[in-house]
Amino acid sequence: MMTDGSILDAFFEECEDLLVALTEGLSDMRDGQADDETVNAVFRAVHSIKGAAGAFSLEDLVGFAHTFETVLDEVRGGRLDADENLLRVLQRAGDVLSDLVDAARNDTPADQDQVAPVLDDLKSFLGDEGVVEEEFVFEALTLSFDEPAAPNRYHVTFSPGKEFYATGNDPLLIIRALQELGNTTVEIDTSGIPDTFEGYDWASGYLSWKIDLEGPQNDLPILEVFQFVEDLCDLKVSNIETDDPADIPVPFIADEPEQVEPSDTVAPIEIASEATTPEPPKPQKKPTTEKQAKRSNATLRVDPERVDRLINAVGELIINQSVISQRLEEAALPNSSDLFADLDDYKLLAREIQEGVMAIRAQPVKPLFQRMMRIAREAADATSKDVTLLTEGEGTEVDKIVVERLADPLTHMIRNAIDHGIETPDDREAAGKKRDGVLRLTASQRSGSIVIEIIDDGAGLNRPRIKEIAIEKGVIAPDAQLSDQEIDHLLFAPGFSTAKEVTNLSGRGVGMDVVKTAITALGGRIAISSVRGEGTTFSITLPLTLAVMDGMIIFVGGQTMVVPITSILETIRPTDADLSPIGLSSHLLRIRGDYVPIIDLADRLGTPPCKKALTDRVLLLIQTETVAQCALVVDDIFDQRQVVVKSMQGNYGEIAGISGATILGDGKIALIIDPEAIAASAPSLQGQNAMQQEDPIHVTS
Amino acid sequence: MSLPEEANQSKQLEFVTLVAGGQNFCIEITQIREIRRWSPVTILPHSPSHVLGVINLRGAVIPIIDLAEKLGFAKIEPSERHVIIISAIEERIVGLLVESVSEILGVSPDMVRETPRNSEDPTTRATPGIIPVGDDMTKVINLAALLPDQGQVAA
Repeated sequence: MMTDGSILDAFFEECEDLLVALTEGLSDMRDGQADDETVNAVFRAVHSIKGAAGAFSLEDLVGFAHTFETVLDEVRGGRLDADENLLRVLQRAGDVLSDLVDAARNDTPADQDQVAPVLDDLKSFLGDEGVVEEEFVFEALTLSFDEPAAPNRYHVTFSPGKEFYATGNDPLLIIRALQELGNTTVEIDTSGIPDTFEGYDWASGYLSWKIDLEGPQNDLPILEVFQFVEDLCDLKVSNIETDDPADIPVPFIADEPEQVEPSDTVAPIEIASEATTPEPPKPQKKPTTEKQAKRSNATLRVDPERVDRLINAVGELIINQSVISQRLEEAALPNSSDLFADLDDYKLLAREIQEGVMAIRAQPVKPLFQRMMRIAREAADATSKDVTLLTEGEGTEVDKIVVERLADPLTHMIRNAIDHGIETPDDREAAGKKRDGVLRLTASQRSGSIVIEIIDDGAGLNRPRIKEIAIEKGVIAPDAQLSDQEIDHLLFAPGFSTAKEVTNLSGRGVGMDVVKTAITALGGRIAISSVRGEGTTFSITLPLTLAVMDGMIIFVGGQTMVVPITSILETIRPTDADLSPIGLSSHLLRIRGDYVPIIDLADRLGTPPCKKALTDRVLLLIQTETVAQCALVVDDIFDQRQVVVKSMQGNYGEIAGISGATILGDGKIALIIDPEAIAASAPSLQGQNAMQQEDPIHVTS
Repeated sequence: MSLPEEANQSKQLEFVTLVAGGQNFCIEITQIREIRRWSPVTILPHSPSHVLGVINLRGAVIPIIDLAEKLGFAKIEPSERHVIIISAIEERIVGLLVESVSEILGVSPDMVRETPRNSEDPTTRATPGIIPVGDDMTKVINLAALLPDQGQVAA
């Protein structure tokens, strides 16, 4: 059995989906793309949250959701016009609702200062009537069985569809739950079972149940029993006394409508059948198809650990495949051997499986982008600027972990763009631009990487000012000569803030370096381009997945190692002319007029130094987190291939300069170099960039 | 009538005996996952000298530790004849390089005596118990004390 905690977890997971549907619906409504079904979907989302929250006695949430729902109901019923004013309030209400869900999940008290004004705004759209009605329904939701009022009789027809069983539901549990609500008479309707076994669908339950229930005051407790399966079955609830088909908020899906027609073989409850006949399933055809189209997007909830296990296994498969291909090469078989063709097939299949498994973890960035909508809205309000956030490529899929870890950096960047990037409406007008600024958030996939761009049409970077501040703060030397690109990168220096005064919005100037660190931790890179007066573009390049990466196989001090391709700008075989000695043992690499420090990887890793001359070795030009580039000396480079990343931390612990390990085709382990850490450990870089930590960590000492 | 007690008594502890630094040691069998021949390791940078490197054990990255050196003896010069004991210390899997593995020793719990403490050398610290075997004795290694936490191993 599930514990209380896991039921609650399931509820919050459900809430997440519902909140996404809510935000989606609201933004459709704002964009004027809404039809009745959109409003219904928004209403349903709020209603479902309220219903489930009621079951857990999350009263703040229920109370707010109820008012929200009541307003939506008015909109749905055409009694309230969804004008701009109302939509603004609804959107706020959506934000508050998600805050309340978060508060309930973290078990922290909700911020009433946030909730109360929105609640008042919502109520202002309702007459007194609506508020009174609220109290009544709210009471009913607490599922109190202690006050046996005059028993009401309900008739429930319940026909689970194929999906119901396929998702592991058990009609018995449902019926038991109904029995908890009051006295029941349950009758099974077997008329749906086909007479012959020909064409019999073994996965379908052909049974339906007719349940007479005595007790609950209204139909809400009954509907709640069906809350999580209502899409999966055909359900009718009617009050026998009044013969009034209950108002069920969700249009049902008749998966197999022919089976769920009220059957005339069930004589004893003919009355009830009659009561339901005025509402045969057929008129609902349209919502059915629409809903089904939506459901094809339905998600499968899987414990992430299972997926991780699968990913590990696939990692092994990839390694195994490279082991086999290496063995075959060593076996020196004739090239015509069929084995090679088979091996190629194996390779393709393994790659395909790997992509498939990775795709399980991949998630569209859409929910993330929707959160950013809210961030942008709030930031624009706080700074009294008019900003429209446009999103593109919301369907782009990224590894779940990447999506999660992107939230904070993106929030920072959106706020920064609005706070510092986009000018005030007056300034914009003076500059001959439209009063409202446009911020574009785009995601796209480019050859194995995900590129996320944040593009504002603001003032662009004020480079002289950035340099001024950097000098002021001692980040760079007063006489430093920096290229535009290097000045731009100063933004990522720790403790750097360009805003003349610190606003409470974009924080205390810790923002951008934190952003950079977060992106780097994801194996990504961030770049800035800016045109004065026209705007700034931040582009984040991220690997598709964290579990597999493209690596350059290198040879250092007798060991095979891997350097992530993403950090390598180019590989160079230096000639004497490219190398300028500095001091006794160090050299600088001259490349396109620039001088770049050379770091001997063997030296940094404490492996025996290579006796070979620099010109016989290979340099990897690396873009590091700091402004400077540097060149890593390796003994040789072999190959570029996809490697499965293994963590070192489980059994050993962290090693300076090493980010992980991988297993090569020969079954040997190769360490994966962390170029950033290697570069940061380089004494030569420490001196050059005073912006580095005050007390440099000499990892190699 | 004390059946459970009887069952308890008959429940023996089992140890794998091994030789490291020319002396006899043993490790409780429940801490041992498997025993393998020595195979070349991948050297880790900045590692303490008793950490030989890492090996690939069916896809997992396992650090290999020279048990003799860790216990204060001279470094083992690993060759094909040497043995790696793959053992589990809580959640961690570690390989211990030893000179050889001898036998499985079954003893009742009361045969394990506390090591008399006279000096605080690394060997005594890592061996809280001893088991007399014939004229000789073997020392029980407490792996958790030998390799306390990750920070220590990682240096």
